[in-house]
Amino acid sequence: MASAAARDRAATIVMWSVAAGITAVFVWLLGDLLWHGVGRVSWDFLVSLPKNAGREGGLSSVLVATVLILLVCMVASIPLGVATAVLLAEFSGEGLFARLVRRSLDVLAGVPSIVFGLFGNAFFCKALGMGFSILSGGLTLACMVLPIFIRATEEGLRAAPNEYRLGAAALGISRVSTLFRLLLPAAVPGLMVGFILGLGRAIAETAALIFTSGYVDRMPESLLDSGRALTVHIYDLSMNVPGGDRSAYGSALVLIVMLLGINSAAWGIARRWQSRSLLRV
Amino acid sequence: MSRSRADGILVYGLRGAAAISGAIALLIGLFLVLESLPVLRGVGPLRFFSDASWHPSENLYNLVPMLWGTLFAMAGAVLVATPLGILSAVFCQYYAPASIARVYRSLIELLAGIPSVVYGLWGLMVLVPLIGAVRPPGPSLLAGVIVLAILILPTIALSADAAFRNVPSEYARGAAALGISRWGTVRHVIFPAAKSGLFTGVILETGRAIGETMAILMVCGNQVQTPRSLFDPVRTLTANIALEMAYAMGSHRSALFVSGLILLLLIVALVSAAEWISRGRIYG
Repeated sequence: MASAAARDRAATIVMWSVAAGITAVFVWLLGDLLWHGVGRVSWDFLVSLPKNAGREGGLSSVLVATVLILLVCMVASIPLGVATAVLLAEFSGEGLFARLVRRSLDVLAGVPSIVFGLFGNAFFCKALGMGFSILSGGLTLACMVLPIFIRATEEGLRAAPNEYRLGAAALGISRVSTLFRLLLPAAVPGLMVGFILGLGRAIAETAALIFTSGYVDRMPESLLDSGRALTVHIYDLSMNVPGGDRSAYGSALVLIVMLLGINSAAWGIARRWQSRSLLRV
Repeated sequence: MSRSRADGILVYGLRGAAAISGAIALLIGLFLVLESLPVLRGVGPLRFFSDASWHPSENLYNLVPMLWGTLFAMAGAVLVATPLGILSAVFCQYYAPASIARVYRSLIELLAGIPSVVYGLWGLMVLVPLIGAVRPPGPSLLAGVIVLAILILPTIALSADAAFRNVPSEYARGAAALGISRWGTVRHVIFPAAKSGLFTGVILETGRAIGETMAILMVCGNQVQTPRSLFDPVRTLTANIALEMAYAMGSHRSALFVSGLILLLLIVALVSAAEWISRGRIYG
């Protein structure tokens, strides 16, 4: 029995050291970013154009391209994702068609981002003739975030109490009105979760963008221009530009702050929206 | 009358949207096959494994070194990350006080959201010089394994956490009532009960490890060779695509789509395995 107690104590020590080790790596990573990046980041860094391949100057064109890519991605994936989730959750949950769609989305969720890049290059850039453009990049990302978005929305819809559906049916309200007046408002938290997760994944993506939206760091003038995303900028600065380290660190810091900002802002909105939409119903 | 027509239109609209969403995966498969066909037909699938080397400009298409690179990096990362991730979830669920568990869990969630290019930057600037000081050159399979392990650790930690949460709390309480030690409970009661959830987590992290591109591209050195030691530079299938796609033409480009197709098939196999395991839970 003594050995069991000793083993138990050893296990406790192992647990705490694993957790401490993981925390330490995390602190190391963030500390390194802050240490090297903070000196580079300033207001000027955000609003001026990159100069000398990004070694000097700022990020303005890169930030504009990033935001445009994200906008295209969201505009394409949100309607498609919500409609698919509504069908799967409310209309034909178990039929053959729904099962096939679900299986296909499971595969889509696992497809490596570089394969999305290949596909985007072959389909959007070449077959549809969009070339290296913000549009191609955004649409490629839309394909990538779609499964995440659909799953979260579906869960939001399933969380709406069944009394809503039964009550509406008993009152003779059409399914269209039930959907738009009751179920979708009730699913807003799920929608927001999906939106945040999708946005987070899209903003973090690099490999799918290199050969779809391209490398060009000029200020994009239309959606058909090539634009360099922030992640691609970091990659390029650290791998292909000697002496680009400081700018790479600065850009990485900006990226992390953007991610944190999106997360906290969206959670705040979701919480407020949830209480309001239920009151209106 | 008009109400039911509106309902009908709605359902057709939704079906259409769902068909588009469902078709994307098929479209990806289709385009990968279409783009690979020229080289598969002209060169034949066998030469991807039997050619002398990878020199697409000289019509040599051996993918085997890069396949090894992908497999070694994946296996190393999964071997390192799986025990750490599971223990970290055990810590969160059964060892840490509630307040620490909450902070620790949000830290893991934060780690899960950090872009892979940032992990790559850290690996390139911090890890590679450290490894280079011990055993040059520095960019190596080892660096890839470490960065990849850190990158997939949140995946396994979060799914193990979810798997443990699904274990009925009566199990732990019953074990405590029988006077079983905490570690004994975790080892002999919780682990078996959460087995299928843990397997699913391992499959998820394996998929991420196979598909990861940027981090591994930045720290692995990217020499096309079958690694003989952990300190050798390697190139993975994903890194190969990212490096050469920019200038590849003709059958070279087509060969890169073949490696994309191989990656896609690996993922489909993993997803099917996951499905198989989760179906097994009903009977097991």
